[in-house]
Amino acid sequence: MSDMDMDRRNFLKTSVGAAAVAIAPGMMLYSVAQAKGEGASSKVRWGMLIDTNQCKPGCNDCVTACNNENGLSGETKATDSQWIRKIDIKDISTGREISLPMMCQHCEHPPCVDVCPTNASMKRADGIVLVDKHRCIGCRYCMMACPYKARSFVHEPLTGQNPDVPRGKGTVESCTLCVHRIDVGGKPACSEACPNQAIVFGDLNDENSEIAQKVRSVASVQVRADLRLNPGVRYQGI
Amino acid sequence: MSSTPTLESLQFKNRLYWLLLAIGGLVAAAGMYAVHLMEHHGHIITGMNNQIVWGMPHVFAIFLIVAASGVLNVASIGSVFGKAIYKARAPLASLLSIAMLAGGLTVLMLDLGRPDRIIVAATNYNLTSVFAWNVLLYSGMVGLVVVYLWTMMERRMNPYNKAAGIGVFVWRFVLTTGTGLIFAFLTARQAYGSALLPPMFIVLSFAWGMAVFHLVQTSIYMWNEKVIDPAILQRKKHLLGVFVLGSLYMVATYHLTNAYFSQQQGFERFILLDGGIYPSLFWWGYVLLGNVLPLVLLYAPGIQRDRWAALAALLIILGGFALLYVFIIGGQAWPLNLFPGYEVSSTFADGQISAYSPSIYEFLLGLGGLSIAFLITTVSVRVLNFMPQDKPYIAD
Amino acid sequence: MNLLRDQSAALRTRSPLAYLQGMSRGSLRRALHIDLLATVPARVTSALLLVLVCVAQPSYAVEAQPKLDIGKGGQCVEDTQWMRKNHMHLLKHGRDDALRLGIRDEKHSLKTCIECHASTKDDSVTARADSFCVGCHKYEAVKLDCFECHSGTRKSAWLQQRNAK
Repeated sequence: MSDMDMDRRNFLKTSVGAAAVAIAPGMMLYSVAQAKGEGASSKVRWGMLIDTNQCKPGCNDCVTACNNENGLSGETKATDSQWIRKIDIKDISTGREISLPMMCQHCEHPPCVDVCPTNASMKRADGIVLVDKHRCIGCRYCMMACPYKARSFVHEPLTGQNPDVPRGKGTVESCTLCVHRIDVGGKPACSEACPNQAIVFGDLNDENSEIAQKVRSVASVQVRADLRLNPGVRYQGI
Repeated sequence: MSSTPTLESLQFKNRLYWLLLAIGGLVAAAGMYAVHLMEHHGHIITGMNNQIVWGMPHVFAIFLIVAASGVLNVASIGSVFGKAIYKARAPLASLLSIAMLAGGLTVLMLDLGRPDRIIVAATNYNLTSVFAWNVLLYSGMVGLVVVYLWTMMERRMNPYNKAAGIGVFVWRFVLTTGTGLIFAFLTARQAYGSALLPPMFIVLSFAWGMAVFHLVQTSIYMWNEKVIDPAILQRKKHLLGVFVLGSLYMVATYHLTNAYFSQQQGFERFILLDGGIYPSLFWWGYVLLGNVLPLVLLYAPGIQRDRWAALAALLIILGGFALLYVFIIGGQAWPLNLFPGYEVSSTFADGQISAYSPSIYEFLLGLGGLSIAFLITTVSVRVLNFMPQDKPYIAD
Repeated sequence: MNLLRDQSAALRTRSPLAYLQGMSRGSLRRALHIDLLATVPARVTSALLLVLVCVAQPSYAVEAQPKLDIGKGGQCVEDTQWMRKNHMHLLKHGRDDALRLGIRDEKHSLKTCIECHASTKDDSVTARADSFCVGCHKYEAVKLDCFECHSGTRKSAWLQQRNAK
């Protein structure tokens, strides 16, 4: 995202805020509603480009940052949530080794959204795949359907959640692309934390953005591209 | 055929009836207690985890739902194809269907992470979700079977019996297709994602439903001190045998086609040869105990007593549980293939066989569902007339 | 709007019958803990029951209101009486907009409520019996379902806690 865009975004936000403050207390709800932000736009497609050449085996910084940001315990028992994990892969025929982070791939055609009986699994207009925990009944069908094993089920009662990241027992959760940061103009914690800047985040639809320019110029692939889900997360160097 | 009941024998049966209800109620209560604990502590007290997301409760629930559809076969042969000895058994088959659906759905619902929000499943409806379709298919099935029972048990409704029978016949095919599709739509998992699964579930439902029916029918005849007509028994045994052979054929086809694709060979080797409990359950539990032995019991010359047929039915049911355990849990234990051609490892069990050991609470929940089906059947059979009334001759 | 004013007025007079008229059907139901039995007969029965309770115990109305730890307090985003009646609609409407559409109404968000109304002592709207949310919901006997997932503490306090770890 260019600096100019960012400024425009902030300008809009502050003017909206000013408008809201200007409205007298006791005003009707609908008139206030009109003064709110415009929400996620379908003109935007948030995505990430991960350069596996820059991703160090043994480095876990993105995972730690994610746990820290989203209030996950960081433990790795089979019942613990892991929104992002490092995977080490080795080509069986050539012996080449690669390390990479794996998380929700924010597919254009997400199987989790297709199978969810209550529409709790959903894709926002800007391509972010989320779980609406107000609706999730905890059937775990999305976990069966996800080809990337990106989702976790909350097996225990939780306390001390991040005020920006509600999580609760009996519902399914996964990487939100740090939507609470994106909506205020920030970027995902993992992308920010990577010491080698291996995770580039941005709007794939904005041809001037760093990520759009990069995916145009370097070879990158989607994991399990054969499934034709068109993930928003792409990998370079596999 | 039956001996005259004495006061003692009637009193004994009365007590036995209450004892059975008490046992069934106790098991159901234990299941509810397990649900309460799961609600309080979360699914951490079960053996399920982020790799094996569906466990023992789903084995019970899917068996009950599949068998609930299959048991209606008896009714369909009677109503749709007009065979008198099956028509006499249609009310009992319908009752069993409702009972098993109720039991299976209870288990499925109470295993949810947020069962308190079940109303959400009715108010928010995702048209692309086969789970959501099944909500309609299952509740519609119950409604339709109730109507069907009504057309049989209320004389004024008799003229509509054929129409209701055809409705049930079609609906249950769609329903079992829906159950098979739950797995058939999972594109990325090697065990599932096959169009063969819905027909396989349909044929399995024939065998399991018939087995459940036979077991219950034998118990009812014993309770009423009656002996089933040997000619009728012979036909039922024969049909059960055909269904068992048919389901074995479908399961074999599923595994053989898989074994032919080199990308699936690792998985087939795991499930059929070196996967520990899964091959054992498959070969010993499903194939030998659940198919070969029942076939011997049903067909071997010289074994004509109805008890042996009942034993065969029981073994078929147990074999069904074994197959579902292998299919549901073994299918999830095999890792997802994110990077074909690569060796994979991570903290989230990528590239590893996932471990699962069901906890007592899962068994209690599953058995609770079974006992709900048992209680519904026992009480209904006691208060209403579900005893098959055969005419002294066989018309067809 | 007029209707809302009437309801607020009814609330202020604290006469049981006026209070009852002012109550929405939803709050009636919640008051009797029968969310799951939201059928018409259940609603009718619950209304009858409540009338009986009110008639039998006139003292019900004069029972002291709970003393709440209202945090910073002061001027709220809307009129106080209006908020008492309608905060749940704001929250419920806002949660769907924020999560599903990305429209974040910061003025009316749960986080903003907490930012202002969390206790100055423990930074929470839920920690004690007289905390802002808990105290009133206990008094009204309405089940509070937000904080199983949402945090009831100020973000600043949460950050402090996390960084101390």
